[in-house]
Amino acid sequence: MADNANKLPKDAFEPLSDGSHLDNERIAAPSLTFLKDSWRRLKKNKAAMISMYILIFFIVLAFGSQLIPSVRNIATHPNLNNLPPRIPGIDIPGFNGTLVQGGQRVNAYTGDAANVHYWLGSDYLGRDLLARTLSGTRLSLIIAMVATFFDLTIGVTYGIVSGWKGGRVDTFMQRIIEIMLSVPNLVVMILLLLLFKPGIGSIVLVLAFTGWINMARLVRAQTLELKNQEFVLAARSLGQKPWKIAFKHLLPNLSSVIIVNTMLTIPNAIFFEAFLSFIGIGVPAPAASLGTLISDGQKSFQYLPYQMWIPAIVLSLLMIAFNILGDGLRDAFDPRTRE
Amino acid sequence: MVKYLAKRIFYLVLTLFIVTTITFFLMKLMPGTPLTNQAKLSPTEQQLILQQYGLDKPVWQQYLSYLANAVHGNFGTSFQFSDQPVSYLISSRIGPSLLLGFQAMVIGVLLGIVLGAFGAIRKNTWVDTTTTIISILGISIPSFVLAILLQYFFGLKLRAFPIAGWSGFMYTILPTIALAAMPLAESARFVRTEMVDVLNSDYIELARAKGLGKLGIIYHHALRNSLIPLITIIGPLAVNIMTGSLVVENIFAIPGIGEQFVNSITTNDYPTIMGLTIVYCFMLCVVLLITDIVYGLVDPRIRITGKRD
Amino acid sequence: MENKDDILEVRNLKINFNTYAGKIKAIRDVSFDLKKGETLAIVGESGSGKTVTTRSIMGLNASNTEIAGGSIKFKDEEILGKTEKELSKFRGQHIAEIFQDPMTSLDPTMKIGRQIAEPLMIHQNMSKDKALDKALEMMKLVGITNAKERLNDYPYQFSGGMRQRIVIAIALITYPEIIIADEPTTALDVTIQAKILKLMKELQDKINTSIIFITHDLGVVAGMADRVAVMYAGKIVEYGTVDEIFYNPKHPYTWGLLSSMPTLDTKSEVLPSIPGTPPDLLEPPVGDAFAARNKYALKIDTIKQPPFFKVSDTHYAATWLLDDRAPKVTPPDEIVKRQKHFKAINTK
Repeated sequence: MADNANKLPKDAFEPLSDGSHLDNERIAAPSLTFLKDSWRRLKKNKAAMISMYILIFFIVLAFGSQLIPSVRNIATHPNLNNLPPRIPGIDIPGFNGTLVQGGQRVNAYTGDAANVHYWLGSDYLGRDLLARTLSGTRLSLIIAMVATFFDLTIGVTYGIVSGWKGGRVDTFMQRIIEIMLSVPNLVVMILLLLLFKPGIGSIVLVLAFTGWINMARLVRAQTLELKNQEFVLAARSLGQKPWKIAFKHLLPNLSSVIIVNTMLTIPNAIFFEAFLSFIGIGVPAPAASLGTLISDGQKSFQYLPYQMWIPAIVLSLLMIAFNILGDGLRDAFDPRTRE
Repeated sequence: MVKYLAKRIFYLVLTLFIVTTITFFLMKLMPGTPLTNQAKLSPTEQQLILQQYGLDKPVWQQYLSYLANAVHGNFGTSFQFSDQPVSYLISSRIGPSLLLGFQAMVIGVLLGIVLGAFGAIRKNTWVDTTTTIISILGISIPSFVLAILLQYFFGLKLRAFPIAGWSGFMYTILPTIALAAMPLAESARFVRTEMVDVLNSDYIELARAKGLGKLGIIYHHALRNSLIPLITIIGPLAVNIMTGSLVVENIFAIPGIGEQFVNSITTNDYPTIMGLTIVYCFMLCVVLLITDIVYGLVDPRIRITGKRD
Repeated sequence: MENKDDILEVRNLKINFNTYAGKIKAIRDVSFDLKKGETLAIVGESGSGKTVTTRSIMGLNASNTEIAGGSIKFKDEEILGKTEKELSKFRGQHIAEIFQDPMTSLDPTMKIGRQIAEPLMIHQNMSKDKALDKALEMMKLVGITNAKERLNDYPYQFSGGMRQRIVIAIALITYPEIIIADEPTTALDVTIQAKILKLMKELQDKINTSIIFITHDLGVVAGMADRVAVMYAGKIVEYGTVDEIFYNPKHPYTWGLLSSMPTLDTKSEVLPSIPGTPPDLLEPPVGDAFAARNKYALKIDTIKQPPFFKVSDTHYAATWLLDDRAPKVTPPDEIVKRQKHFKAINTK
């Protein structure tokens, strides 16, 4: 002790009497807002970030490619049909315009096709598969976004009203949901699609008609919980109007549930659109959907597998990326999984 | 419990009634009659056909007789196959669909439980990562894509299984896998989440404090508590399988009701569509009812009071 | 402090938590002993490291825990570094724990008889029937009425107080040498708290076990404990017998704790509280961690950590105020009153 004491300043045992050292309510660690904190956790999730970049890539590609006329062209060329993928400068079997025929690899680009390059090949009508796949992707994304918008508005409103009103209104609204849940979604969609004129509008409509249920249930459960919390009770007792409470107090607190569920609704909408198009009651030709492309590809996949591979891979990638990103968001928003 | 059951069955009947009613009137709004599929007919011939289908009566009479018949399992005559009653069409085709659905459900859920449990126990190891990857793939890849892939690789390339058709157990394997992927993925994910939660709970901590070993904790405490809630997603899983069966049966050319449903849609065979809609709805309601009862039987908190908290 | 009666010795325990933000130094050099049959209370605010300390004794720390040094000996047997398998033989047999929240610490899907009997079946290879008989005895002992019929009930059929009795029964069933009670009454109603504490005291006498009693509530300590250790920011700052801590406290933090506890003769309308919040243990302050909240702080508190100063054979406190060179300070009125009382007892 003694030798240590030598190093101490002379006034070491003076009281710090002025009280300036008392920083009473100082919070030592920098505080993170909920969103920042979630974002930090999402950024740490590599798979989710990669998925996000893949999705951005697809979105840019699907919409950006519309600016390039040659990629936009989906006209039929009966004399250029069923050509395998051929990318200039690449000499890998499968992408160099060759095809296995009778056990031998032969160049399919002969005659009229000698100077053509279909990067992803052409279909049975000689349409550019790259252009078709891009347009199918675009359609998937558009339909998913629009359908999700409807899910959001219908589902969130339904959930808030049901949870907020409570009592008989709630019971009645829940009964409706129960009935809708006891019919497989797809059956409802098919019945409605039979009724409407086939087209993008009808698809969006039937997707919206069945897609909101999950959102409504989650939002209702959360609203029921929030309804009885002090800050909402305070707003109510101060005479705040219900719609104002909904916007100022409920929505911000529902945001994480809504964001996460939206991210999981999107792949669902993409799936159902592709599914309906696959069984032939989706968007009518000549509009291309990934579902139609896969269905067309399946018919000839014994000899021309590339026609099925490409749309199948794109659809699967979209689904995987949306699901992983959705999972990542859920983990990021869910306080239970915080380290 | 009996009172609760009676209430549930009442709701089941009510739901079926509402669905039947809505479907009936939806179908009445549809364009096209059995006549559209036929070549040009004389007015008397047309009249005869309309009579045969009971389409000459006022709508409300058609509705009442449809309801009365539906209760007895009679859904009228198919437009597509004019000599076959819809009920026969369904009953002769429901077998393969039920078999496939049952196989897919059992295999999917069992494997899902194993995967999910291992993922949770070995959290943040390669086992867990594998579980997560399998469940993401299973949830993401659409059943029709998976079915085609299986058909391409195992049927066409490796010739390990028949490409399509329906004559024996070997023919069920690929379609079962295609249908089981989704339930497997969903239940693996569900079990993993539940089990991670359970393993973090205070009562598992207490079990550790008691001196129970890892296996004892999992076997005696963790498994039961994480598997009971799995019952609640059996209903949604059944929906998944029904949805998938529509395309999977089509791809593998299986004579089931899923394949029939798609055919009826493309041929505007409304009576069959209606019949199948009601059958699908009925099956789902029964699954939901059974899972509800089972849930009540295995969870002591519900068993006694007869209601959930 | 070496003593043959010591059943548990904790020496220089250091524990860190690895988190995304860095290393949290949760336990910073903690030492204490536990004697056979005694009750040691560990008192402190949330986050002071009480629970972490006892969790390490049980070997029940979370996976991001890093033992940075020290030793924990149960009857000369080192606990730290034991494998999970060795630990599980230890837990429930020699050391048992009573958890804080009875509402969540029982398995919701297992009959409570089986839950109480489980430790016997694990540690003593007892048959299920025999273990259930013992469980029934224990249920009667902890005061569960109609024990025989309730053996086959599930946790949700019991009230909070009854569940805590079950949790106690689970801990006692193997007659362990040490029981760790982590805030066993915090989740209960005040009226039930007293009953549970009384029950624990009675049962302790019956099976002659030692108890480590963790609490943030000094009021509970007075009637329960033989000795008290006060923890702050991952360190023990003062320890002594109950009388010494209650009536002759030396550390300003203990003063603060005692002043903020209402007594029968508290007259002022406002109960004093300790200002501020505990320090961030990611980067513990240099010097005395309590300095920033201490109005008696000396300059040296911001430079150097105080060592333990001996007050009596059983009473030690880590504050520079006890250094010979430190100025004499007058504690708060409440404490002065207590010290007078202490002198009165001791001179008798």
